[in-house]
Amino acid sequence: MQDKSISDLAAGLRSGEYTSVELTQHYLDRIGRYDERLNSFVTVTGESALAAAKVADARLKSGDAPALTGIPIANKDIFCTDGVRTSCGSRMLDNFIAPYDAGVISRLKDSGSVMLGKTNMDEFAMGSSNETSFYGPVRNPWDTGLVPGGSSGGSAAAVAAGLCVAATGTDTGGSIRQPAALCGITGLKPTYGRVSRFGMIAFASSLDQGGPMTRSAEDAAHMLQAMAGFDQRDSTCVDQPVPDYLAGIDADLKGLKIGLPKEYFGEGLSAEVAASVEDAIDAYRDMGAEVVEISLPNTDLAVPVYYVVAPAECSSNLARFDGVRFGHRCENPRDLEDLYKRSRGEGFGAEVKRRILIGTYALSAGYYDAYYLKAQQIRHQISDDFAQAFQQVDVIMGPTAPTTAFAIGEKADDPVSMYLSDIYTIAVNLAGLPGMSIPVKPVDGKPVGLQIIGNYFQESKLLNVAHRLQMATDWHQARPEAFS
Amino acid sequence: MSLERSDVEKIAHLARLAVSGDELDAVASDLSNILGLVEQMNSVDTQGVTPMAHPLHMSQRLRDDAVTETDQRDYFQSIAPATENGLYLVPKVIE
Repeated sequence: MQDKSISDLAAGLRSGEYTSVELTQHYLDRIGRYDERLNSFVTVTGESALAAAKVADARLKSGDAPALTGIPIANKDIFCTDGVRTSCGSRMLDNFIAPYDAGVISRLKDSGSVMLGKTNMDEFAMGSSNETSFYGPVRNPWDTGLVPGGSSGGSAAAVAAGLCVAATGTDTGGSIRQPAALCGITGLKPTYGRVSRFGMIAFASSLDQGGPMTRSAEDAAHMLQAMAGFDQRDSTCVDQPVPDYLAGIDADLKGLKIGLPKEYFGEGLSAEVAASVEDAIDAYRDMGAEVVEISLPNTDLAVPVYYVVAPAECSSNLARFDGVRFGHRCENPRDLEDLYKRSRGEGFGAEVKRRILIGTYALSAGYYDAYYLKAQQIRHQISDDFAQAFQQVDVIMGPTAPTTAFAIGEKADDPVSMYLSDIYTIAVNLAGLPGMSIPVKPVDGKPVGLQIIGNYFQESKLLNVAHRLQMATDWHQARPEAFS
Repeated sequence: MSLERSDVEKIAHLARLAVSGDELDAVASDLSNILGLVEQMNSVDTQGVTPMAHPLHMSQRLRDDAVTETDQRDYFQSIAPATENGLYLVPKVIE
C-alpha cells in the first residue's frame, strides 16, 4: 500500500477499493510501529486525521473532490497549523499552539489532503543534519546511524520510510533538496515567490521557500499543484497563474540542453557520488539530450555569502521571540531586559544562537558595508552567473550534496564543515531559482541525489525532466527494507 | 577576524541573548571560524555592483490602506505567558 503513487491512491479511493479512513489508519499504524526508530514526527494528529479522512470520504462520494482528497500527508513543523502545536523544532515554541493556518496549510486542506502530523526538523530550519532539533535527531531510514540531512529531515525520513504519502518541506539553503538526496526521495524547491510564505515561520525571508517532498516527480507535481499560487498575505508571493504541472510531464527530452557546471564536479565531491551523477547524465544522453560544460565562476562564494545574508535576516526575524506574547518565558525575570535575555537564552539552542550572533554582528554599526552590503553585491554576481548559463542551456545538473549521508554526531561540533554540505544547493536560493533533487544510483546502499536547476518559474520543465528519468530507470523505487 | 570574549558579550547584549560565562570561549571560537569562512568575500572586486535586493528584482506590492483583519485579541492572547485585562504583562519598567 505505502508504495502506491498519489495517482494510484486517488484512483483506488474513487473506485472504492479502500476509503480514506482505511488509508489514514494504515499510515497511522505505520507511524506507531516504526517512528520510534526514526523520530521523524514531533506531533502525530491521529484523531483529527481520522476526522479529516471521514470528511474526505464523504467528499469523494459526492464526486466533488480535488486530486489530493483523502491522501495522508505530513507537514514540516515550521508551518503554522491552527489549534495544533507548531514547534519549529525549538524549545522556544514547545508550548506554541498556532492560532491560524499557514497559506500552504490552507491550500492543502482545501485540496482535501489529510494531515497525519507535524515532522521533526532542525531548530528554526537551521541545520543540515536534523541534529539541532529540541526533540532530538531524526534517523535516516536507510541506516539509522546516519543523519537524514536537514533541515526538513523529518519529512524526508517519513516519506522514505513510507510513514506518509508525501510531505511538505522548506528550503532556505538546501533544506528540501539535501535531505531528499540523503534519504533517496524527490524534493522540489520552487522559484522564490511561487509558494506562500504566510504562516511559515521565517528564518531568512529573502531565501525561504516551501515545497513538496515525495517519492516521485509525478507525486511532486500533484503536491505543488495544491501548494503553489498567489497569497496576498505574503508580500513577496508572486501573482502569476499556476500552470498544470502534470500536463507536460511526459514530454520528450530530445534536444534538451543540459549544462554541467565544472565547479560542481571539482574538489570536495566524493568520487562515488560523481559516478552516480554521471550515470544519470548518461541516461539523459540516451534520451536525446545534449550535454555541455558550463561555468558558474562564483560558486565558491555562495556559502560565505549565505552565512552573512541568512544569519542577518534570521537575527532580525527571530527578534520577535521575546517571551512576552507567546513562546518560552523564563521564570522570575528581574526586569524587562532579564526577561528578554533569559527567555531567548533558554529558548534557543546552540546553532540558532550562533546564527543570531553572527547576524547581529554583521548588521551592527560599522560592519554593515563590509558584511551585508558586500554579500548582497556578490549575491548579484552569483545570480548573474545563472542568468548567463540559462542563455545557453535549458537546465543545469550536478550533485545535490558532495557526499552521501554522514554519521550522526560526525559534524555536530564543527559548524563550518556542516555548512559546506550545502555547497551545491545554496546558490540556487541566493538567486531565487527553482531546484530539484531526485534519487540516482545509490552508493553502498546509501542514496545519492541528482540536482536539477531551472530558470525562474520553470517548475514544469524540472518535473518533466525528473519524471522522464524516473520512467527510464527505477532508482526512485528503491525502499529501505527495514520499513517495508 | 577573531572575536574575543568581550566582543561576544557585546554582540549578545545587542541581540538580547543570555550567553553564560562558561559558553563564551566556545562561542567566540565558533563565531571566529564562521567569520573566517565569510572573509573569502574580501577577495572579490564588487566595485559598482548593485546589491541584490530581491531575487526576482521586484519591488514590494502595496495594498489598500483598509482594515481587513478581524479582532481576535482573546484568541491570540490565550497562548501568551501572562496577560491582564487584554494587556500583555512584563516586569515593571517605570518606578
